[in-house]
Amino acid sequence: MSEQTPNTSQTEQDMADLAEVEDAKLQAKGVSLSQSQLVRRRFFAHKPAVISLILLAFLTVLAFSSIGYGIIPGWWDKTFTATGPVLNGGQPTMFQDGQILGEHPFGQTQMGQDFFAQAMYGMQQSLIIAFVVGIVSTMIGVVVGAAAGFFRGWIESLLMRATDMVIVVPLLVLAAILGQMVAGNVWALALVLGCVTWTGLARLVRAEILSLREKEYVSAAIAMGASPTRIILKHMLPNSVGVIIVNATFSIAAAILLESTLSFLGLGVQLPEVSLGSLVDYYQGASTTRPWLFWFPGLFIIAIALSVNFIGDGLRDAYDPRQKRVGDRRPGLLQAMGLRGINRRGKDRTQGAGEAPGQPGQATHVVSAAEPKSNPLRQWRKK
Amino acid sequence: MLKYTLKRLGSTVLVLFLASILVFFLTVHSGDPLADLRESNDPDAPFEMEQRIYHMQLDQPWYTRYWGWLQGVLGCFRLSCDFGTNREGQDLNPILMQAAEDSLRLVFIATIASIVLGILIGILTAIRQYSVFDYSVSFIVFLFFSLPTFWAAVLAKDYLAIYFNDWMQEGAEFSWGQLLLISGVMAVVVPLIAGGSAMRRLVTGAVVGLFSAGALWYFDSAQFALYPRVGALGVILLSFGLAVGLTALIAGLKNRQVLYTALTVAALSIVSYYATWNLLQDPPGGWFFLGALFVLTIVICVVIARTMGGYAKGQATSVAVLTGVLSSALILLDHFMYHWPNMMSLKPRPISTIGSHTRRFTEDDVTWWQVNLDLLTQLWIPTVILMLISLATYTRYTRSSMLEVARQDYIRTARAKGASERTVVLKHAFRNALIPLATIVAFDFAGLIGGTVVLERIFNWNGMGQLFVTALQQVDPAPVMGFMIITGFVAVLFNFFADILYAVLDPRIRV
Repeated sequence: MSEQTPNTSQTEQDMADLAEVEDAKLQAKGVSLSQSQLVRRRFFAHKPAVISLILLAFLTVLAFSSIGYGIIPGWWDKTFTATGPVLNGGQPTMFQDGQILGEHPFGQTQMGQDFFAQAMYGMQQSLIIAFVVGIVSTMIGVVVGAAAGFFRGWIESLLMRATDMVIVVPLLVLAAILGQMVAGNVWALALVLGCVTWTGLARLVRAEILSLREKEYVSAAIAMGASPTRIILKHMLPNSVGVIIVNATFSIAAAILLESTLSFLGLGVQLPEVSLGSLVDYYQGASTTRPWLFWFPGLFIIAIALSVNFIGDGLRDAYDPRQKRVGDRRPGLLQAMGLRGINRRGKDRTQGAGEAPGQPGQATHVVSAAEPKSNPLRQWRKK
Repeated sequence: MLKYTLKRLGSTVLVLFLASILVFFLTVHSGDPLADLRESNDPDAPFEMEQRIYHMQLDQPWYTRYWGWLQGVLGCFRLSCDFGTNREGQDLNPILMQAAEDSLRLVFIATIASIVLGILIGILTAIRQYSVFDYSVSFIVFLFFSLPTFWAAVLAKDYLAIYFNDWMQEGAEFSWGQLLLISGVMAVVVPLIAGGSAMRRLVTGAVVGLFSAGALWYFDSAQFALYPRVGALGVILLSFGLAVGLTALIAGLKNRQVLYTALTVAALSIVSYYATWNLLQDPPGGWFFLGALFVLTIVICVVIARTMGGYAKGQATSVAVLTGVLSSALILLDHFMYHWPNMMSLKPRPISTIGSHTRRFTEDDVTWWQVNLDLLTQLWIPTVILMLISLATYTRYTRSSMLEVARQDYIRTARAKGASERTVVLKHAFRNALIPLATIVAFDFAGLIGGTVVLERIFNWNGMGQLFVTALQQVDPAPVMGFMIITGFVAVLFNFFADILYAVLDPRIRV
């Protein structure tokens, strides 16, 4: 007994020393970061995503500040319904004759309405619908997926059959029927569209929860008598937040396109309300005579959808950098076809590696000529 | 395996049945089917209302009407489908059949074309990961993901169709400026895809630029757009080129037995090009006859490969079948080109953007080739637009799945045992990368159906999508249900094939 004591304290001392050494090593590398700090850092290093975020913020601010929302007035003096005299055939005045915006930056419609105000109003409606659809579909998807994955049994088969039932009908068909039912009310349209676009997320969340169920900390929580609600809310959902956020982003991009398609078919937003899709619908006949009426709303749809998609991509890389860490192998086409051997000169191997723009999680190391050539699938990991 | 597949099929049919109840219920409650008559001042309106109530059985509760509809559709199992009547009391069967033919042709062609193209581009971007080409394709894929179909379709209708028609009428020639521009672009883009050292890229760029300038000059001087032909020389050169190229791609040129098999097939296809020329001028039975010839070609190719292939029977078969199929396609293309001036004489503006076919070509004095050329010209732009949607998906999935597979141990093993890069990419990586794609095909189909709804509206096709939108606006459930059940059935079929394909490609899931 007495012999053991110094031995144990000796081991403890060793362990403490070892820990200090490890600690010093870690500190020498720089600050340790929490999970969310890491995610944020990776996201902001993703250039396309950051540019997209700025663009989306700019468009949102522009849409809501220019003509105002509801009773709040904006800085643009024209409304989207008021008609006026058609000046210069309704040509856009933006960047014409030395003025930046001019009287009608996006031109005028045949009726003499200011198209800038119309486009801004349409963009407001489209953005509102997209974000509400994103929120509603994410909430339904998370609830259905989490309940199905956690409770299993008959609840799971019931919920998953319901999901399959929604999936088997083409999305546009269900959305069109429901859009027809709400007859043009923007908020109601957003709600019903949210009720048909949750299926993908429900499946993903279910799969995620199914794998989290087997984790020790969930068993520990169950053993301590935590209620299912608590386990799902406190332990499982925070651990699947990556999947949820990324898919919520993509569902917003999908919602923009779905809403504009429905409005184009005349089954979504209807007069007197306008959205970007219905603007394209009204003015598609004008695409050759008054092209600006057709181009501006379309370009805004693309800009919003594209920036949301890029943000989603950046978020996915930030939350799941594994997907990006793929070998830095770059064989030529002829090598791939077996017409040329794999043996390349060192110059070939280094060339091109530096020109690739750096993105988070992407291994863009310059492969030195001295590297062994034997393993072309060597995984270059970011330290 | 059979049990698994049947179980999947059973549960899908059950889900389809439940979904049909949901859609019927929602459609019936989505509005007032008599709305237009209620507002009408027509003295006949009350009578018409009576008639519509009779045709649509509006005096019955919705579940009775659903039951009536279901009984008609369940008749399909007894080979006598009855999709009910629309609100005017017209029988829907012939209307739906015609509409389904148009729409499904569009969807199938777009699906197949985008699978082939998407997989090709996906493999190229995966091989050239992080190259300029990869980055530009990634950006374009994101752009396609965010592109509103309807907007792109209206643009294509205005610019592609109308400008193309104008161009065709103005003599169909490229000006010198256009010629230089196109070859300049080719000279920059192709080396970016092909890669290699800087010197090699320069040489590739110069060769490609000169070649495309020469090709365009020939195009102009031969009035190719008005009188196109592959020609005998073209068929001979391209067939042998295909034989050599496919051998190099699949088996390697060192494998003489495969090479000789492919060359034999190419020679045979050239012989059959001459042998069948007169017969094909007016093919008896149309597509069925061509299909039969096609099957015969494949059988002959397999037989040749089996007898000549020796130890490399498997590779020889795939090379021979691919060579045979592609040179048949070449011969078909030549026939179509031969009849192009005939079609142009009836339709001087070749791409009209209204309808799935032109009325002129439903008369009796037109040949089979003219009818089909007309169908193809009408199909071309909607197909391209529809492809944009799924091309992005396939490219992205092929790329990521190829990269995923490239990390696996068996790829390292393949390299370690000294397999050539071609074998590694095409045999070990590509085949396994195909597996997850099989499920995407089934999923993608639903998206394409949504796309056809929009495209048929813009190009004024009387397809299923148009039928659906009109019927929905009239709150007429029978056509909506017909649309839903046909697309649902095809989707289930796609899923079923995907499952089987999955099992064929991936022995791990054979239960």
